[in-house]
Amino acid sequence: MIDRIPIDAVGIQERVARICTRSIKKESKLQALDLALRMMDLTTLEGSDSEGKVRQLCNKALHPYTELPNIPSVAAVCVYPNRVALAKSILKNSSISIASVATAFPSGMSSLQIKLDDVKFAVSEGADEIDMVISRGAFLSGEYAKVYDEIALIKEVCGTAHLKVILETGELGSLENVRMASDLAMKAGADFIKTSTGKISPSATMPVVLVMLQAIRDFHETTGRKIGMKPAGGIRSSKQAIQYLVMVKETLGNDWLDPSLFRFGASSLANDVLMQWVKEKTGRYQSLNYFSND
Amino acid sequence: MSEKNLSDQSTRSNQASISIDWSYADAPESTSHVTFSKHYGLFIDGSFTEYNENQSFESINPTNGESLYRCTEANKSDVDAAVTAARKAFKGTWGTTSGTQRSHYLYRIARMLQERAREFAVLESMDGGKPIRESRDIDIPLAAAYFFYYAGWADKLAYAFPGKSPKPLGVCAQIIPWNFPLLMLAWKIAPALACGNTVVLKPAETTSLTALKFCELLHDVGLPDGVVNIVTGAAKTGEYLVQHPDIDKIAFTGSTGVGKVIQQSIAERQLPATFELGGKGAFILFDDAALNEAVEGIVNAIFFNQGHVCCAGSRLLVQEGVAEKVIDLLKKRMQHLIVGDPLDKNTDIGAVNSKEQLETIQRYVKTGIQEGATCFECSGSLPTSGYYFPPTILTGVSQSSTVVQEEIFGPVLTIQTFRTTDEAIEKANNTPYGLANGIWTDKGSKIFYVGSKLKSGVVWSNTYNKFDPTSPFGGFKESGKGREGGISGLHAYVKLDHNGGMY
Repeated sequence: MIDRIPIDAVGIQERVARICTRSIKKESKLQALDLALRMMDLTTLEGSDSEGKVRQLCNKALHPYTELPNIPSVAAVCVYPNRVALAKSILKNSSISIASVATAFPSGMSSLQIKLDDVKFAVSEGADEIDMVISRGAFLSGEYAKVYDEIALIKEVCGTAHLKVILETGELGSLENVRMASDLAMKAGADFIKTSTGKISPSATMPVVLVMLQAIRDFHETTGRKIGMKPAGGIRSSKQAIQYLVMVKETLGNDWLDPSLFRFGASSLANDVLMQWVKEKTGRYQSLNYFSND
Repeated sequence: MSEKNLSDQSTRSNQASISIDWSYADAPESTSHVTFSKHYGLFIDGSFTEYNENQSFESINPTNGESLYRCTEANKSDVDAAVTAARKAFKGTWGTTSGTQRSHYLYRIARMLQERAREFAVLESMDGGKPIRESRDIDIPLAAAYFFYYAGWADKLAYAFPGKSPKPLGVCAQIIPWNFPLLMLAWKIAPALACGNTVVLKPAETTSLTALKFCELLHDVGLPDGVVNIVTGAAKTGEYLVQHPDIDKIAFTGSTGVGKVIQQSIAERQLPATFELGGKGAFILFDDAALNEAVEGIVNAIFFNQGHVCCAGSRLLVQEGVAEKVIDLLKKRMQHLIVGDPLDKNTDIGAVNSKEQLETIQRYVKTGIQEGATCFECSGSLPTSGYYFPPTILTGVSQSSTVVQEEIFGPVLTIQTFRTTDEAIEKANNTPYGLANGIWTDKGSKIFYVGSKLKSGVVWSNTYNKFDPTSPFGGFKESGKGREGGISGLHAYVKLDHNGGMY
């Protein structure tokens, strides 16, 4: 069903190293910071997420940094299904989407029925985007058809909600598996493919994302469909975010430099981007005390 | 289904879908920390000779065609003085210097090169036109690595040749090319000094600057006078040097044509000599290889240093089944190569070293097209002044094409297809050269099979243009003789007691 495509890990690392030597300064840096903010899925996925915590996050999404009113808002907030309604009530008049993890996140170790119900619940609460996890156990034991079918069924119950498929690349063991899982998820109907839950180390890494971007490029080549990409977890600094953007540009082209096709799943990245933004605008670094921790 | 979702997404989120044309702003490397003289004398016996305007030539900045500095063209008596100084040092102070002390000097050179790495990288890019990314990340660190490596051997020569007692040869005449000026200097000087020889080195006439700055560093290191002498100049100076009666060894890196002339001129002299000459490397890409990484390998094999690399993978041999896909991937990748100011940190491909070389490349591409090749050039803009040539691929060529047979020494790749492994080997070996080849396959056994059949000094597998001081480098056939690097590199600078001269 899905071909196994050879990947040379050493070659991938060399390409990544070369991408990281790109020097993004001045106007192009400001553009990149602007993009990074607009592409951000502000995320909180803790068992301890109270209503207050989610409210804080939504406020941050609405007002990232009040001293600079022209700052763009983030793309979405990402929460657990039982916090979707609350987030919706706060963000309903904004441009910010609500993403919800589902399908027995983060392990995916439950029955298909429960996963489907999980998705239906999140959608009925008002989620615009569903971040599902694949069954890594099934994938690693070679039950590719089972993984495929699950994604396809979940895609159906998403309705108009956007489906992001989390591969949890930290558990897949090789770049060839990452490539294969990417191809499989796209064929099964994913709108986005996403690296990680953030609960497993390593989460997003540049080599893994490069392999996924290549899969997206090849899929677009053969089907004409543009699939989105979302690295999640581990991206904490603006510098890293810019390196990812360079990688997207040089692998997929400018078309993908758009929140509808590329997202960062991150919690602490926002403040660093804001800080760099202020620095580019004012020429000075502002103290971290001036940025809200949410 | 997904199309619909995406459009839903963009209406819902009004800020989405503003695709931008994101280009990289200029990121020039600072030159404020480097200084160099407007004119240079020759470095003989530990100091610079007086500069004489009447006996000078200029070095051109390849990014604008203007004069960068002038240096002295060494005549017969200058070369004589340099060889005499080297002989004096060999008979005197350097001859009595122990291996341990020699290693101390070499370590000091290596460390000072590291300390001044940024300065040397900037100078190398200003003088030769190579991108700062390469001079900073490859040329200078690697030059230091060669000095470190041979510093380690200087006091352990007896272990390199068990049961024999290695003795230095004497005065070494060394001539280096313009493609990797400081790195080639390191390849030559480090093993020569480690083995106890003294040196007269002639850098290429278009790229003398880092060799001349290197003399400053030698002064700081406290290397005894006359151990290293640098004479600048063109072909005539080189001729005086190799024909000098008092030299004990010749080490030449450059074109096969000049290499042959030198070999003829020393044919009667029984001089030990090493040659590292031209090449026309094949990049053999099998259908089971990791194609994306192989495409990156191709970029590295042919567009590295504007293609001014003797071991460049300038002939792509790709298996028929994947040829179309590979060419498509390569063309896409080439759209992201930035040709421009060598000192900009984002530049992938800098300026061609000289006007002459640019014309040579242009002539070859024209010939290729006349002989029926299809030419694809990278579409990015080129700077309006200076010597630039876009990354280029030529398809529709065959073994008999001029561009497949001859070394172009520019960013020009020829693409041929093959059907079977043996056909690939046949095509790869069907050249007078034999410097380097690359094999790309996911299958280990194929690497060993093909590797053992290729007639070249270097075979890379699933990578290209990788250099390491511990690894011997050199050619088969008309690509040269002798090896540089590793223990083999020591052989070329010692005589062993049992036969009195290996080469």
